[in-house]
Amino acid sequence: MAKGVVVIDEDRCKGCGLCIAACPQHVLDFSEKINKSGYNYAYMKYPEKCVGCAFCAMTCPDVAIEVYREKVAA
Amino acid sequence: MPVNTENMIKVFGRPKSMTDVRSTYCPGCHHGILTRIIAQTIDELGIADRTVTIAPVGCAVFAYLWYKCDAVQASHGRASAVATGIKRANPKLIVLSYQGDGDFASIGTAESIHAANRGENITVIFVNNQVYGMTGGEMAPTTLIGQRTTTTPAGRDPGYFGYPIRFSELIATLDAPVYVTRQALYDTRRIMDAEKAIKKAFTYQVEGKGYSLVEVLSTCPTNWHMSPVDANRHVTEVVTKAFPLGDMVDRG
Ligand SMILES: Cc1ncc(C[n+]2csc(CCOP(=O)(O)OP(=O)(O)O)c2C)c(N)n1
Ligand code: SF4
Ligand code: SF4
Repeated sequence: MAKGVVVIDEDRCKGCGLCIAACPQHVLDFSEKINKSGYNYAYMKYPEKCVGCAFCAMTCPDVAIEVYREKVAA
Repeated sequence: MPVNTENMIKVFGRPKSMTDVRSTYCPGCHHGILTRIIAQTIDELGIADRTVTIAPVGCAVFAYLWYKCDAVQASHGRASAVATGIKRANPKLIVLSYQGDGDFASIGTAESIHAANRGENITVIFVNNQVYGMTGGEMAPTTLIGQRTTTTPAGRDPGYFGYPIRFSELIATLDAPVYVTRQALYDTRRIMDAEKAIKKAFTYQVEGKGYSLVEVLSTCPTNWHMSPVDANRHVTEVVTKAFPLGDMVDRG
């Protein structure tokens, strides 16, 4: 299982692509589908590669991304 | 696509002091990143109940909608003067004056310089995107030499239009300001540096130390006619040469 997962609010996304460029693991890409506003929103194309670093969320101007990390067993 | 986040820890989400209102900024505009950083800072310092934002005229004119805090929308360029009045009337309030380069460094020149020179205990965030964004991309005082805008279609010729003004450097020559810095948001490292600088500026105000100015090199993909990713590269490769990053004053 992946160490991280991101949840993108598809309807908040404006398809700017900054998160896609910021992801060091190349997890994200533009969806072929469009949202309510007509943008090709970002989605996790390769979810298994996500490490939960939150670089995408930090760079998102629309604050559309939540990031979760796997609990590490103590 | 629904994702299962059960048994996972949330490490990043919308700051609590941010409203759910959708931003009016263009795709990829750095005004949005700054909005999130400010809200996160308000959360971290626990000052949401006493923060007042002064919204400028410009693309950030709706800044009063973004935070679960009080706000006032000032007339063009006068945000630092309005901030002064609010802070002096009730010094317990934490006052943020959020201004674009046209607002802060052009029409508001007098108000901006004198608020800094009086050492008002406020935090100013000065968004330098080298154009008047809201009105369609006219030349700003910060427009780079040779840069094409709607009012400099052949590129800014300094012989005719003057040179790009380094406003933060001017303010850094004054005795009163406690913190003057220039930051950027073109990559994750810069975003983290900007977060630290903005937190420092607010912290100095909370501690009663005086005037802080955080200039942020921002993008305007729409009026620069660049993709958001290319606009980031332009800041990295071109804009930072004219406007070097770093602290100019830190007397905290
Ligand atoms: C007194 C006055 N003069 C001119 C205008 C027109 N105007 C609206 S926004 C703007 C420029 C804003 O540019 P900037 O401060 O750089 O902010 P940006 O939109 O780029 O974020 C101007 C000149 C106005 N609203 N009021
Ligand atoms: S950074 Fe935000 S708005 Fe831009 S594509 Fe990614 S999720 Fe969408
Ligand atoms: S016009 Fe420029 S500064 Fe204004 S919201 Fe759009 S990209 Fe941002």
